[in-house]
Amino acid sequence: MTLFLLCLGLWALGGLAGLAGNRRMPAVSSAAAVAGAALGLVAAAKVLVTGGGAVYRAGWQMPGAEIHLALDPLSAIFLIPILLLSALASVYSVGYLNGRENRQIGQVIFFFHLLAISMCVVVAAKNAVLFLLAWEVMALSSFFLVMLDSRETGVRRAGWMYLVATHLGTAFIVLLFAWMGSAAGSFDFDRWQGISRTWPHLASAWFILALIGFGAKAGFWPLHVWLPEAHPAAPSHVSAVMSGVMIKTGIYGLIRIVTVIGPPPAWWGLTLLLIGLTSGVLGVLFALAQHDIKRLLAYHSVENIGIIAIGLGGGLLGMSYGMETAAVFGWAGAILHVINHALFKGLLFMGAGSVLHATGTRDIEKLGGLLKKMPLTGTTFLIGAAAISGLPPLNGFVSEFLIYVCFFKLALGSAAGGAAAAAAIAGLALIGGLASACFVKVFGVVFLGEPRGPTGAHATPFSMATPMAALAAACVLIGVFPAAACRGWATAVLLSAGVVSDAGAESLLTLAGTLQWANLCIGALVALMILIAIVRRWMLAGRPAGQTVTWDCGYAAPTPRMQYTAGSFVQPFMDLFQAILQPQEHRRPPAGYFPKEASYESHTGDLATRRVFGPLFGWIQGAAEKLQWVQQGRVQTYLLYVFVTLAAILSFQAFR
Amino acid sequence: MMTDLMDTAREIVRQWAFVLAVSPILPGIVAKTKAWFAGRRGPPLLQPYRDIFKLFRKGAVYSRTTTWLFRAGPVVSFSAALAATLIIPLGGMESPLTFQGDLILFAYLWGLSRFFTMTAALDTGSAFEGMGASREAAFSCLAEPALLLGLLALAREAGSFSMSDVLSVGLIRIWSIHAPALCLVTAAFLVVFLTENSRIPVDDPNTHLELTMIHEVMVLDHGGPDLALIEYGSAVKFFALGALLVRIVCPIRSGGFWEGGAALVIGLAALSVLVGVIESTMARLRLSRIPQLLALSFVLSGFGVILTLAAGS
Repeated sequence: MTLFLLCLGLWALGGLAGLAGNRRMPAVSSAAAVAGAALGLVAAAKVLVTGGGAVYRAGWQMPGAEIHLALDPLSAIFLIPILLLSALASVYSVGYLNGRENRQIGQVIFFFHLLAISMCVVVAAKNAVLFLLAWEVMALSSFFLVMLDSRETGVRRAGWMYLVATHLGTAFIVLLFAWMGSAAGSFDFDRWQGISRTWPHLASAWFILALIGFGAKAGFWPLHVWLPEAHPAAPSHVSAVMSGVMIKTGIYGLIRIVTVIGPPPAWWGLTLLLIGLTSGVLGVLFALAQHDIKRLLAYHSVENIGIIAIGLGGGLLGMSYGMETAAVFGWAGAILHVINHALFKGLLFMGAGSVLHATGTRDIEKLGGLLKKMPLTGTTFLIGAAAISGLPPLNGFVSEFLIYVCFFKLALGSAAGGAAAAAAIAGLALIGGLASACFVKVFGVVFLGEPRGPTGAHATPFSMATPMAALAAACVLIGVFPAAACRGWATAVLLSAGVVSDAGAESLLTLAGTLQWANLCIGALVALMILIAIVRRWMLAGRPAGQTVTWDCGYAAPTPRMQYTAGSFVQPFMDLFQAILQPQEHRRPPAGYFPKEASYESHTGDLATRRVFGPLFGWIQGAAEKLQWVQQGRVQTYLLYVFVTLAAILSFQAFR
Repeated sequence: MMTDLMDTAREIVRQWAFVLAVSPILPGIVAKTKAWFAGRRGPPLLQPYRDIFKLFRKGAVYSRTTTWLFRAGPVVSFSAALAATLIIPLGGMESPLTFQGDLILFAYLWGLSRFFTMTAALDTGSAFEGMGASREAAFSCLAEPALLLGLLALAREAGSFSMSDVLSVGLIRIWSIHAPALCLVTAAFLVVFLTENSRIPVDDPNTHLELTMIHEVMVLDHGGPDLALIEYGSAVKFFALGALLVRIVCPIRSGGFWEGGAALVIGLAALSVLVGVIESTMARLRLSRIPQLLALSFVLSGFGVILTLAAGS
């Protein structure tokens, strides 16, 4: 535990150092961050290997509160991606922020370190009040990071939306914790263990509160509306951390509450599965329609949170049907996907940041041919793109594979689970196909072909390139050696989540065995690729290999503007899913015998924003306006309100 | 353990040798059938071997726009196709690599191959190839759920979800119990097979009219050994997906690798003739109709699953 506290301390020092406003401070802060993360990772690894926990307790004057930090395997497995990605993002920020004012850099470093510390405390906190405090610090520090360029209207709007969404979620969590705390008579998570045995009829209400409260942070559809606004507005390394790990604290909270409450009934699993399918399919569909690279990646976070929810849903279904093997695969897949998504989405946001840094635009329609100018960014982005599409031999495939296996097992084991499993399998396949289409689009349009506009681009600075290379390497390693990648943590985490009761359970052996076989197949695939590449090179050696223009069916003078654009690439999808996407099109077709100008534009706004939240908040505003007479604008009146309210509460207590 | 691994390695090499030796004849059979329908003599059956051999010996010309990805595309798609053949049992009871869940890998390997074919196409910066990639992406993301749902239906019937078990254990028995479900799945797989192999009515492998092409237009700029890998890879893909279909329809199994392999080749030859007949007697569908056909195959697979659910409870 000392290591973990030291880690937090180093991060805090680094954050304060950033405020010094010195030119060399960013490097010092990120060095502190890397050192702190290394210590924290050792602490987490120790917990996973020994399976035991480490505890730190201290008194606190706040009523009901106690500083109670503990690392159990579940905390540790979330702590690993948080520390890893935050440290790498911190290194990345040294190059990324270079060129901004010192004052701004200091701000970013301070709030970024605060964000990292609060995320660590969120996953380690064992006291509800401490948890909420860290949760709020996390929300506010990330809000200030999103608002960095607050002079832009779009950024202010994004920050505002984020603030409202995250606090609506927090309101549900406060309600949940207050309710559970008063039921259990304590705010300590350890005292809540198995609480559904004493309060069986309340368990489901708590589950729903947790689903909404934590779902708003995680980005379940339709609570995801802040994601596509906030992620593009924030600096790219912050987007990487927010999308890669911060939204996962929502998943962590949900898992923690579900495991604390007790054995799940089947409908919890079905609900999560349904939410996951909706988030996954709608997330990827709306991602396809975006042309702003960071907005597109934000929608992919919704999709991947959906995949995680599908896996968790399968795990809960397995538990409630008493099919331990299916549960093990679902949980392992969901948790591995949490880690994998942190790796590849962090990588992709950093890649998008490098592109933005080099070209000054996020609009992919203006880009093209960047692979030649930015080979490292391009290559690592390709690895991230293939990984997020769930393709072998990369890490995204491994976690999706485990989730698929979970549902195949459910389908084979019971007829009741069969229909749910069929929906999950078809949904996962559709999500996979759409995701790979989307990333072919992004990668193809941004990095391949010829530049579409006069944007210059420079190579990526070293401090930005290193974290991307590290993340790409992690994606490949987990993908090529899935058995080794899961061996360390699976048993400890599944035991601590209560999915299995025995470290030697047969279901865990099945998991290890399946991964070993998958490993063998993927190994054969990789070996084959290397072999064929060598054969091809050997065949071409000494032969003439000419260089010319793209053939283009005989047309010898193609210009970059004739290339297929992102908009044209997704046109078949827009047609197919028109009813859901509802794009707004503005066309000016060529007219007359000698047409001069023509244009075509399409925008796809968010379905939930337009159809659900827009009308809802409009209604709330209308209702609030009717209450405007309460607002006098005089402080004395407001003090009176406070006094009357307090008096009412006290007299209510007295009469009860 | 060591001898096990050696045995597996030997089986893998034998399987690959078999697939590589046999697969190019299948497009030859298709071409011959089409020629017969058109009243032509047609190219000799072994023409695909000659084409591939010829291409392998040539040099290549690359567009200045392209990068290393353009060269990597054919390597990855060929490797993925060949790796997928390891999961299909050829003649004997078991394929060289078999485990619970291998059919998921089977479906995803085609995704890998497609991803790199599409990126290689976009690498040329040609509008035609972009068009092909876009259509391929749109149609394949509808075919994939149909394939996986069909596999789920088969897995439920077989009580196992490894490809070898699904295709070997008791398919004859399953035909006698679950014939309706199997018929639906077979029909769905036929559509998936035609889509994945870029055949009529989804795609036309022969046309050079850019506006109608899907797969062929994506490989316009490839030449020499790269094109050879693409052609060879599509023959292997034809073999692998065809073998799945053939083994479902004719579940007769024999113990040995060679007898079983020979039976499979006969079945695949019949499938090739069928493809030739379809291509000669049908026109390519309008592009806007193709999603409907794919949705149909998805629905057929889905009904297949529902039938097995109803029967298995």
